[in-house]
Amino acid sequence: MNIDVNIPVLETTNICAGYGDTQILNNVTLSVSKGEKLAITGRNGVGKSTLLNTLMGLTDLHAGSIKLHGQTLHTLPPHKRALSGLGLVPQTRDIFHSLTVEENLLSGMKNRNNIEEAYALFPRLKERRKNGGAQLSGGEQQMLSIARTLMGRPDVILLDEPLEGLAPVICDMLMDVFFNLAADGARTLVLVEQHIELALEFSDRMLILDNGEIVFHGPTETVRADPSILEQHIGLGIMET
Amino acid sequence: MDTAIRQNRPRHGLLTFRRLYLDLALIGAGIAAFFLFPDSLGFLTRVLIMIIMVLSLDLVLGYAGIATLGHAALFGSGAYAAGLFAVNFSADPLLGLAVGAVAGAVIAFVSGLILLRAQSLTLLMLSIAVAQILQEIASKERAITGGSDGLLGISMEPIFGIYAFDFVGQTGYWYALTVLTAVFVLLKIIVASPFGLAARGIHESAERMRAIGTPVYWRLVAIYTLAGGVAGIGGALSAQVTELVSLDALGFSLSAEALIMLILGGLGRLYGAIFGTVIFMTIHHLAASVDPFNWLFVIGALVLIVVYFLPEGFIGLPARARKLMRWSP
Repeated sequence: MNIDVNIPVLETTNICAGYGDTQILNNVTLSVSKGEKLAITGRNGVGKSTLLNTLMGLTDLHAGSIKLHGQTLHTLPPHKRALSGLGLVPQTRDIFHSLTVEENLLSGMKNRNNIEEAYALFPRLKERRKNGGAQLSGGEQQMLSIARTLMGRPDVILLDEPLEGLAPVICDMLMDVFFNLAADGARTLVLVEQHIELALEFSDRMLILDNGEIVFHGPTETVRADPSILEQHIGLGIMET
Repeated sequence: MDTAIRQNRPRHGLLTFRRLYLDLALIGAGIAAFFLFPDSLGFLTRVLIMIIMVLSLDLVLGYAGIATLGHAALFGSGAYAAGLFAVNFSADPLLGLAVGAVAGAVIAFVSGLILLRAQSLTLLMLSIAVAQILQEIASKERAITGGSDGLLGISMEPIFGIYAFDFVGQTGYWYALTVLTAVFVLLKIIVASPFGLAARGIHESAERMRAIGTPVYWRLVAIYTLAGGVAGIGGALSAQVTELVSLDALGFSLSAEALIMLILGGLGRLYGAIFGTVIFMTIHHLAASVDPFNWLFVIGALVLIVVYFLPEGFIGLPARARKLMRWSP
C-alpha cells in the first residue's frame, strides 16, 4: 500500500527488514513530506519499532530502498544516516548513566553550540545539567533522550513511544514540545505511539501496521471520523472524553 | 543517597575544586616521595612509569570498554623505538619521548584496525596475539633489538642539555614525575571533552552512539591510537631512565599486571590507575622482599578482596566507608 505525499523528505520502497534472518517488515512503502506529523500505531510486536530502527540502519534490511531528501540512505551506516538529518529517539531512551545530563548531550557532538537550544526546549534539563543520568526520573530521562537526538539538528525526528510509562503531566509537556518542534514546518516528526488518543491529537496522518505490513494509512481526520478503522485493525475504539 | 545512584555519579568533571585539591595532593605526594624515600628512587620511578601505562589502559578499557590483554605491545613498541632512536640517531630525551609516542600510536593504529572489529574473547585473544608477535619479532631480530639480552647501549643526553641523568636516579624521578603530570592533565582534558564522553557513550551503548552520529569504529580506533601514544611515552620513559629495553616490555605478564593494577584501583576514573598502580607495586615490592617466591599469593588475595568487596576498586573505598558509617543495624 503506498502513500503519496508531495515533496517527500523520507521515502521507503518495499522495504523488508528484520533481525538476522527473521523478517519483521514486509514490503513497507511510505513517503513522509517536509513538516508533516505522521503517527504510526498498531498492536504490540507488529513492527513499529523495527520500522524506525530500519530507517536508522539498526536492523538488517533484506530488500527495498530508503531515501532521505532524495538521496539513498539504506546503504549508509547508522552514524551517517544521523549526520544526513535523521534522528531517532529510542524506546529504551538509552541514557548514559555514568554521564551527567550535560555530558550526555555533548557525547555525540563535536562542539557545544546546540546545547543552549536543548536547554531552552527543556529548562528542567538545564537545572539538572550536573546530575548523573541515573539520577533522573523517567520523564527527565525521556527529555534528555529527545534533547540528545535534537543536538544533531535532525530534519526528520523518529520518536519511538516517547510517552510510554510517563505521568500525564509529563506526556502533556512532551506533546507541547513535539508541537513546538513541528510548528515552523521545518522538521518532520514520525511518532510511534500506542496511545491512540495521543496519536490522533498529534498527527496529520496515521499509519497502522499489522504483521509487518501497512494495513491502513490516511489523514488523521479520517480516523477520527470513522473509529471503526481502529477497531478493525487494532481492536480499539477511541475513548469518549 | 542511594548507593546505586552514588556509584553512577559522574566521576570526571574537568576542574572541580575537590578534584583540583586531589590533583594537587597527588602531585604533592609525588614530590614528597622524593624526599621521604631517597634510597628508593629507582623503584618510585618505575611506579611513575607504570602509572602512565595503566592510565593508557584505563583510557582503552575503563573509558572505551575495549577489553585488552596486550597493552604491553604499545608500551614495548614505545620502549624499543625510543631505545633504538637513542642508540642510532639522537639521545635527546624529549625527542625520544616523541618517537616512543609515535611508535606506540602507530602500532595501536595498525593493530587497532584489526582488533577493534572484534569483540569480547576474540578481541582479548587478538590483543594477546599482537603483543606476542611483536615480542617474537624483537626476540628474533637480535642484531637490532639485542634479542633476549635486551637492547643495551642506551645513554641519554641531559634533559634540555642541562639536567643529566645521574646514577642515583634523581633526574630520572623528576623527569618521570613531570611527564606523568603532563600526561595526566592531558588525559583529564581528553576524557572530559566530547571525544572522551563519546568513549564513555560507546562503552555504555555503541548502538546509541551510532544513532546519534558517532562513527563508533573509527572513534575506537582513535581512542586506541591515543592510548597507544600514551603507552608509548611510558615505554620511552622506561627505556631512557633504565637505559635498557628487555623483551619483558612486550610480555604478557606486563599486560596482565597492568590490568590487575587498574582493577585494583578502579576503572574509568584515571585516579584509579594511579592508586591501583601504587598499591600493586608497593605490595609487590614489600611482599617480594619478604618472600620472593610466594609474593603473588598476597596480590591474588588482594584481587579477590577487591573483586568481592570493592567491585569499583580502591577508588570506591571512601564511598563504601561513608555508607558503612551511616549504616545502623
